[in-house]
Parts: sequence; structure tokens; C-alpha cells
Amino acid sequence: MARRVGIDLVSVNAVRDSIRQFGDRYLKRFYTEAELRDCDTGQGIVAERLAARFAAKEATLKVLRPGDEAIPWRTIGVARHGPGWVTVELSGRAAEIAAESGLSDFELSISHEDNYASAVVIAEVDLSNRRTDPMMSA
Amino acid sequence: MTEEIRQIIADHGRLSVDAAGLAPDADLYHAGMTSHASVNVMLALEDHFDVEFPDRMLKRSVFESISAIEAALNELRAETPVS
Repeated sequence: MARRVGIDLVSVNAVRDSIRQFGDRYLKRFYTEAELRDCDTGQGIVAERLAARFAAKEATLKVLRPGDEAIPWRTIGVARHGPGWVTVELSGRAAEIAAESGLSDFELSISHEDNYASAVVIAEVDLSNRRTDPMMSA
Repeated sequence: MTEEIRQIIADHGRLSVDAAGLAPDADLYHAGMTSHASVNVMLALEDHFDVEFPDRMLKRSVFESISAIEAALNELRAETPVS
């Protein structure tokens, strides 16, 4: 069994600026309803939490390796489980690519400190379970 | 249109180089634009040019250079009848 890993780092200030400049267009275009709910303390969206989720999406893309294919940002979601841990939830084309590539058992860890938020994603790759093998079709 | 795109990139692309000196086909990601910054560039382009990038265009190559962005905007404008 092989593994793939993806990592990403996002500026919290950049996310804060995006919320300020583009508001709901930014929030609803790139984040799932569950993500927005998890980032809202009742006094507004917490930019640090949102930045960690954007980093998680990008880290997941590095695991999926879709090349230049368009993957809607909302098809990669972060689900929060209690106070301490999060998981990746794939839907649509992101889930299809994962299946086609034999990717499963995604694990996610996120963190933030001051102006930076980071995420690491690891997934197992079952090469025998790939629906398509680019090495074979090349 | 090229200079309008260049200004939007300067304002939202968070490049590590001066956008004024970028060639039209210069790689914006190599110039320091992150994925998150490309999202801001896209939203600012939508505001400025009154278009909406569909999901199929939300990929790296569409935002990788000034000329690529210009081609995408021209495609969007051709698809959208002027009212």
C-alpha cells in the first residue's frame, strides 16, 4: 500500500481581506455550509479557522493530483468532529478522482498560529484498485 | 483589457514581483501568486468585467498568465449576449 501526502500554508490576513472585500461571494463560492457553520462563533466568521480549511482543500488537491482539471472548491469539504479533530469529505468530481486513483482513508490535520494556517492530508493509494492507470494509458 | 487585468493582479495577486513588469505570458504562479490569491483575482475580475467564471474554468491554467486570463474573459464575453 502506497501513500500520498499534501501540505499547504495559507495567510490568515489574506483570508480576512477576502472576507472583507468579497463577503458572501467569497464565502459561499469556496466553502461548504458546514464549513461556514464550523467557523462561525456567533460573532462572525473566524478567519483563522477558515484559512485552515482553505489550506486543507489545497492540501487535498495535492493528494488528488487532478492536473489541470477544474475541481470545484466546495467538492472538498472539512468536517469537524467535536472539539478536537477534522476529516476530509469529498463529493462530486473530487470524489470521482479519488476513486479513479485508488485513493482512500484520507486523514487531515489542521493548525493555525498568528498569521498562518496550515493543513496536512495523507491518503492511502491502492494501485490495484485504480479505475484508470495513467501509466498504462499513456 | 490587458492593463486592466494587470492592475487587478497587482491589487489582488499578492505577487512577489512588480506586476507592471510582467510579460503577458509570464507565469503568475512562478511570480508568487498562491491558489488563495488566484481566488481573489478571479472574484475581482468578475466584479470588474461583470462576468462569472463557471466551475469548468476554475483551474490553474485559466489564471496562470495575463494572456490566459484575457483569453478566458474573451471566451466568457463571447458566451454572454450583451443586453
